[in-house]
Amino acid sequence: MQVTMTVNGREVSGDVEPRTLLVHFIRENLRLTGTHVGCETSYCGACTIQVDGNAVKSCTMLAVQADGATVKTVEGLADGDQLHAVQEGFWERHGLQCGYCTPGMLMSAASLLEQNASPSEDEIRHAIEGNLCRCTGYHNIVRSIEYAAAKLRGEEPAPPDWTLDFEGVS
Amino acid sequence: MYPRSFEYVAAASLDEALSALADNPGAKVMTGGMSLIPLMKLRLFSPSLVVDIGRVPGLDAIDDSGDQLAIGALVRHAATASSDAVKSGAAALAQAAALTGDVQVRNRGTTCGAIAHADIAADQTAAVLALGATMVAKSTSGEREIAAADFFVDTLTSALEPDEILVEVRVPKTGAGSGSAYGKLGRRGGQSDYAVAGAAAVVTMDGGNVAAASVALTGVGTKPTLAAGVAEALVGTDGSAEAVAGAAGRATEGVTVLEDLYGSEEYKSHLAQVYAARAINAAIAAAT
Ligand SMILES: Cc1cc2nc3c(=O)[nH]c(=O)nc-3n(C[C@H](O)[C@H](O)[C@H](O)COP(=O)(O)OP(=O)(O)OC[C@H]3O[C@@H](n4cnc5c(N)ncnc54)[C@H](O)[C@@H]3O)c2cc1C
Ligand code: FES
Ligand code: FES
Repeated sequence: MQVTMTVNGREVSGDVEPRTLLVHFIRENLRLTGTHVGCETSYCGACTIQVDGNAVKSCTMLAVQADGATVKTVEGLADGDQLHAVQEGFWERHGLQCGYCTPGMLMSAASLLEQNASPSEDEIRHAIEGNLCRCTGYHNIVRSIEYAAAKLRGEEPAPPDWTLDFEGVS
Repeated sequence: MYPRSFEYVAAASLDEALSALADNPGAKVMTGGMSLIPLMKLRLFSPSLVVDIGRVPGLDAIDDSGDQLAIGALVRHAATASSDAVKSGAAALAQAAALTGDVQVRNRGTTCGAIAHADIAADQTAAVLALGATMVAKSTSGEREIAAADFFVDTLTSALEPDEILVEVRVPKTGAGSGSAYGKLGRRGGQSDYAVAGAAAVVTMDGGNVAAASVALTGVGTKPTLAAGVAEALVGTDGSAEAVAGAAGRATEGVTVLEDLYGSEEYKSHLAQVYAARAINAAIAAAT
């Protein structure tokens, strides 16, 4: 079946089987491999993208369901060389280790901040309930999203809650 | 992980969808796909035709007609959870929708889909049962109404016929002196994920006493179930914490509690009492 959608501002189309999952259309037809496939059972959130402005799991949507939709993937976050505030936050506050969950985390974080400019820590943790991370323990992810929220509000982010002390290291 | 091959039709109207279902016995209707697609990917379920009603206009409204709310087939969990009309008129349903899955699931899955799917551990099923909702089902041969109490038949089985679409759920609003609430223990701890056990309660207070009550459980048996013994024991009491605890002790009376991966029969029976009491206390607080 023929599908046409707008992905990261660009109109794209393709010929897919009805059973083609949106995540495979994005990764394999469009070669946008930033969106990851983790569990494939709808739980991990590594495949999170935005469809018509809402965070969704692209492994649990058929490409044909997105016909006519506006899609944003992690590749659509940055503005040229200018990182999106959530990307800067994950960089500055060490919000990733292996990076597998990161594209989905970034999309969930960006979606949250579009709806709630000043989320509490509790609200941030609930907003990423559908995104699993096996590395970080979530702490730095929460701090990264707080950093991004402050940046987007035009405020100075809180300093990191770790200290690097290299004294005595030779 | 790909589903088996299937034919797909994006219905442009309800009539088109109903005809496709009537003409194709192996067909399945899809709304949000949040349960259907995972089942198809696991190949536990392989319909020959998927009839997607996601784009049918006019099915995504929550209508408030004064004493009842009509929630259309395409109203997503997120919309049910954040609707002021549902929060004030059917709080248990708004709370159950807010606790369904995660943000991404709530952005796609629908209230009617969760009800039609009839998972033993779903949230909104218990809420509509306690609230005494009515399901409106359509097929090419017409429309019929099914009371929530008759709708849930067994595990993943509702009273819907294969060629019927649940077009809306009608929920009577809790009026003055009434309140409702829902809560659960989730499989991932806290209130996260499907219910290990959960309860919805609707309570009407009159002159400081409980005049009417309805309590429904989810997660403990093969389907959401009314806990009639609890309601019976509660009516006529002053709704004090002791009275509620006493009534909630009858939560699993007449209910077949099933052990599963998430808890033994004993543990689930205990949770049913705990969550019934919590839902009743919250409903009484909302009523007064
Ligand atoms: C990660 C994850 C976590 C989840 N956690 C929870 C949770 O905590 N609590 C909970 O209750 N649920 C949970 N769910 C399930 C979720 O609520 C589903 O959205 C819901 O069960 C189905 O709604 P849907 O619109 O997506 O239906 P679909 O997946 O499209 O359909 C499900 C079934 O219902 C039928 N159906 C759907 N709509 C209609 C209709 N209008 N008329 C007739 N038949 C219909 C379909 O034919 C299919 O058999 C979870 C799902 C996922 C993926
Ligand atoms: S790959 Fe989609 S939720 Fe895990
Ligand atoms: S950084 Fe490795 S899974 Fe999150």
